[in-house]
Amino acid sequence: MAELAKNTENIPLISTEEKLIPPWKEAWFSFSKNRLAIVGLGIVIFFIILAIIAPYIAPYSFKDQVLAERMQAPSSKHWFGTDDFGRDIFSRVIYGARISLWVGFFSVLGSVVFGTILGIVAGYYGSWVDAIISRIFDILLAFPSILLAISIVAILGPSLQNALIAIAIINVPNFGRLVRSKVLSIKQEEYIMAARAVGMKDARILFRHILPNSISPVIVQATLAIATAIIEAAALGFLGMGAQAPTPEWGKMLADSRNYITQAPWTLIFPGLAIMLTVLGFNLMGDGLRDALDPKMKQ
Amino acid sequence: MGGRRTFVDLEVISQSAKKVKEQLSRRPVLCLSGVTKALALFLANGKKGVTSMLTYTVRRVFSLIPVLFGMTLIVFAIIHAIPGNPAQVILGQRATQESIALVTKELGLDRPWYIQYFDYINKLLHGDLGTSLRTRGPINEEIWPFLAATFELTLVAMFIAIIIGVNAGIISAWFSKSWFDYFAMLLALIGVSMPIFWLGLMMQWGFANELGLFPTTGRENVRDPVNSITNLYLIDTLLQGRFDQFATVVKHLVLPSFALATIPMAIIARMTRATMLEVMKSDYIRTARAKGLRMFWVVYKHSLKNAVIPVLTVIGLQTGLLLGGAILTETIFGWPGIGRYLYDAILYRDYPVIQSGILIIAAIFVLINLIVDLLYVFVDPRIKYTK
Repeated sequence: MAELAKNTENIPLISTEEKLIPPWKEAWFSFSKNRLAIVGLGIVIFFIILAIIAPYIAPYSFKDQVLAERMQAPSSKHWFGTDDFGRDIFSRVIYGARISLWVGFFSVLGSVVFGTILGIVAGYYGSWVDAIISRIFDILLAFPSILLAISIVAILGPSLQNALIAIAIINVPNFGRLVRSKVLSIKQEEYIMAARAVGMKDARILFRHILPNSISPVIVQATLAIATAIIEAAALGFLGMGAQAPTPEWGKMLADSRNYITQAPWTLIFPGLAIMLTVLGFNLMGDGLRDALDPKMKQ
Repeated sequence: MGGRRTFVDLEVISQSAKKVKEQLSRRPVLCLSGVTKALALFLANGKKGVTSMLTYTVRRVFSLIPVLFGMTLIVFAIIHAIPGNPAQVILGQRATQESIALVTKELGLDRPWYIQYFDYINKLLHGDLGTSLRTRGPINEEIWPFLAATFELTLVAMFIAIIIGVNAGIISAWFSKSWFDYFAMLLALIGVSMPIFWLGLMMQWGFANELGLFPTTGRENVRDPVNSITNLYLIDTLLQGRFDQFATVVKHLVLPSFALATIPMAIIARMTRATMLEVMKSDYIRTARAKGLRMFWVVYKHSLKNAVIPVLTVIGLQTGLLLGGAILTETIFGWPGIGRYLYDAILYRDYPVIQSGILIIAAIFVLINLIVDLLYVFVDPRIKYTK
């Protein structure tokens, strides 16, 4: 068998000259040509840096209350104004980037890990395992996601961490289905049959062949999922079911300032703009990644 | 047209184009004709088509049973996992241990969970959604006005989203790479990224508080309440001939429905544009253009008909999301809908209401998806559900 492999190794089946560029390089080439995608990447990097260096650039602490300076309009002292407790909104928005990105990344990471595992198990082993997992996905997807998130938080109790868990859970079926369908189609490929024919073990086939080949749609989906996760976290915060005071979570900031909308609209404008910009960044990046990594999914 | 460059007899083409135009001018505008044609085809197809469609419908309806069953199980599990005792909620914080034990027994909460679940399913199958702990009223009667309010809001929002979204997508594809295209798609991108609760707040601030154009919250003028018949106030006011009330109801609807419509509108616009661009590349469109058919008809009749399937899918999915989004919109605009009802129930820990509310919203969501699936066949006769 090995001899045969050696003999056929040097026979070019098709001209390989064009295929010498590594796939990631090709993807980056196509990604970097997409102006909107680069803008998205820029926004995302900007917010990541903002989140990392928040303590160094924020002019004030996110929880220091200066009651003498309540609800001040934006000025050179307080760029985004102050809220009803006299807290500097600019600083709170900067610290908020930490929270939103943290929730976005880790909730999606959780969904990707669990979704991928379940999707692979369902897709690769098929039969009743697939039937059970797929039905569970169907049922979970039958609930409007925010409703399910609210219900989960109602069980676990309102907190940022529980909001993160809830968001992770509601996104698991999306990734699970994606990976499952990808695994199902890859399973039919001839090289998998070949791998099995040479006696490769299930685990090795899964990790060496199926997983790497199904990863690109997952990356695309994950980028877009971070965008929705950030909105969902803010929505939960807004409903009082996510971050609790004095955490400078953007959604929570909106809920806290709601009653001062006429006196101090800046308390609402800036946190909302921050949510929108971050989400826009991830959406643009996700669209760009989809076009670059998965031309078939191109819209 | 180009003139001498073609060998085709231009006169013949222009004549046939005239005929097509004449025919078209007699027809109802837009692609309703496609639907009627599909319907006619479906009916003309005789027994075979009807039975296969019927079997498909029946099969789809039956396949919902395990999903709905699973949903009751999940909802039941959620309610029982929520910390706290309903008896305590009813009696309040200062209740004695004995009275709590008594009420727990009365509610049947001391029984094992599976008996409680079967009891719950049994009641559900008899149309009994339980009793609200807060109002002591039966939920299946109480829930209607809230459901109707959400229905009205969602329907109006979806209507706005489809009309504006589909047309923006079409025009963007028609004049692709024009300033309108770029502007509309930029707006759509921003729309997709917009947290609706923030948009709602901003609209409330701008149009209601600052400009005073629309009321900030509610569904009607509280000093002049609408006599409800169907609980759909747009219909109720018209039935009673109260046009002044109708105007106030519309005014109350504008802000929440536009806020709710934003995201689906953006997604529908993007989807329509993408599929239209795809369809407009096809040969039959070039043929339609070549025979001199006006671009308007090429776009709105020939292309749209084939672009409608993916758009329909998106519309179906978005309607479900609207139900979720309604919770946020209703909270902001004080809209007395199901989302609001549910949210209040969660705050008061009104377990039966939470249970039934979640189940009803999810069931509606499932139903909408079913309807969309069945609609495909009517819109696109090429889709056949065999197997």
